[in-house]
Amino acid sequence: MRFKTRGVLPGFGLSLGYTVLYVGLLVLLPLSAMILKASSLGLSEFWLKVTDERALAAYRLSFGSAFVGSLLNAVFGVLVAWVLVRYRFPGRSIVDALVDLPFALPTAVAGIALTTVYAEHGVLGEPLAKLGLKVAFTPLGVTMALTFIGIPFVVRTVQPVLEEIDPDVEEAAAVLGATRFQTFRRVIFPALLPATLTGFALAFARALGEYGSVVFISGNMPMRTEITPLLIVTKLEQYDYAGATAIAAVMLVASFGMLLLVNLLERWARRAEA
Amino acid sequence: MNHRSSSSSSALPPGPRRAFGITLARGAALLVALSAGLGACNKKSEAAGAAPAGSNAAAVAAPSKVPVTLLNVSYDPTRELYQEFNTAFAKHWKDKAGQDVKVNQSHGGGGKQARAVLDGLEADVVTLALGYDVAILQDKGKLIPENWQSRLPQNSAPYTSTIVFVVRKGNPKKIKDWNDLTREGVQVITPSPKTSGGARWNYLAAWGYALKQPGGDEAKAREFVSKLYKNVPVLDSGARGATTTFVERKIGDVLITWENEAILSVHEFAKDNLELVVPSVSVLTEPPVTVVDKNVDKHGTREVAEAYLQFLYTPEGQAIVAKNYYRPRDAATLAKYKAQFPDVQLFTVDDLFGGWSKAQPTHFNDGGIFDQIYQPKK
Repeated sequence: MRFKTRGVLPGFGLSLGYTVLYVGLLVLLPLSAMILKASSLGLSEFWLKVTDERALAAYRLSFGSAFVGSLLNAVFGVLVAWVLVRYRFPGRSIVDALVDLPFALPTAVAGIALTTVYAEHGVLGEPLAKLGLKVAFTPLGVTMALTFIGIPFVVRTVQPVLEEIDPDVEEAAAVLGATRFQTFRRVIFPALLPATLTGFALAFARALGEYGSVVFISGNMPMRTEITPLLIVTKLEQYDYAGATAIAAVMLVASFGMLLLVNLLERWARRAEA
Repeated sequence: MNHRSSSSSSALPPGPRRAFGITLARGAALLVALSAGLGACNKKSEAAGAAPAGSNAAAVAAPSKVPVTLLNVSYDPTRELYQEFNTAFAKHWKDKAGQDVKVNQSHGGGGKQARAVLDGLEADVVTLALGYDVAILQDKGKLIPENWQSRLPQNSAPYTSTIVFVVRKGNPKKIKDWNDLTREGVQVITPSPKTSGGARWNYLAAWGYALKQPGGDEAKAREFVSKLYKNVPVLDSGARGATTTFVERKIGDVLITWENEAILSVHEFAKDNLELVVPSVSVLTEPPVTVVDKNVDKHGTREVAEAYLQFLYTPEGQAIVAKNYYRPRDAATLAKYKAQFPDVQLFTVDDLFGGWSKAQPTHFNDGGIFDQIYQPKK
């Protein structure tokens, strides 16, 4: 990597200065304050707190449901993006706008709405309960909420990429003798993969930190439906700042590791495509 | 979204020292400029904040006084109470001191509110749900003196309440007392005592009931409370959330809640669907109030803030308290509103649990008894 300015516009030094300042002030400063607070615990105490059984159960739920939720979004998000880009139908722009709604809605509103719909006596909760499927106040409900808030990420990252793929390319593949599956597998999928991965990573990261919508639908039963962010709030409630930041630090490191991994995967996918 | 961004985000590109140095220097210069700017803003706002203080002192001599503003940081269900009380106090203070006073209110979960004050929200007075949340202002923040609770009459709690039940119309599960809550097939709605102050009162009320039964001891109480919480299908994070679960979502057979909240929801919102049930024994909840010394001294609002809290104890203040379904301390006022406050055998947290400073770590902190109820045995 070389340190040089590309392009004709001046001001590289200044803009990099801004970048460093901006990222430092807004991201690194609060994060280092957090780590500093967590480090006020001794190492053994820190370890004890972050590997507590209740914390482990919370990680499992948080990471598990965030993963499943964003995986669902990766699959169905691409589908939604595909439909929105490739087809023209009445009400398309409305559907397009609806996709962004989970972004705009205060998450508590989303949580309350989802709970109302899926609780025992809710519109969907009642028939589902008759089938023996409980959604609200179970891990399924948590996954549901996390899927809801993640929808826009995949759709919005895949959409512009899809728009750039000319339908001609598919036709060319067909003319050259590719089956429909081959066209998808060899032509379209590789082009969409990096964007899908980015969308997945964004949705995943967002879902991990989600608090507002989940606390309403999860029921917050210790060991069963308690998400990690709630555990942090619980610790704050007993003024255990250090314990709260210890759990937060674990979340931070884990999320950072996963985002890094996804970024690497994405680069690999892009290289494979090129 | 730019997908290429990820490839350049790996690290700061190492480059010629000079260029990098310049960049850093510029960054630093910006930082200095920015903080200077912030500092200036701070000073400005401080000056603005100090204005009423200084002018207040000056106003003692002058006939026309500058209006003063108080911030009362409180917990959730007191919203209506203090709305009415603030208006009454403003009138009282105008008559007495000839000064206009505006009281701003902040409401939220009690613990969150206490943390906000601890972290620098400049409350002149706090009126919170638990002594524990106020004590923390002394313990961790040194915002109030050690003797804060004895500065005002009755443990600094000008009004009290207790914990009661709300059941569905007709009481289909025949819930009369605490022991009915541990019956099989009864669903109990109460928030998590880990996150909700109100829920901690609920828990202690149940514990106290079990202790007060013939032959009741710690082990029996623990068993009783464990059994009760086995009947809790959802632990909402706050009291309002639990009420929503019970009233709106129609989950559960009984809601454990503050008396003032219960009367409010039964009498005013859901006359046809809900009924109030008062158990034989319950806990006397004493939500304490205090002036935040460090902040009133900074704002120069001590005199008016103290008068504000003392006004809560006057017959006029007590009447407002009773009208909002809190039990007044004043005997005459209580007698007047007797009809809405049925007799219950009440115990205090000091009586049975040795105060909040003991009850909190024993029962609610990490690893405490509430956690043990849920933690699988090793």
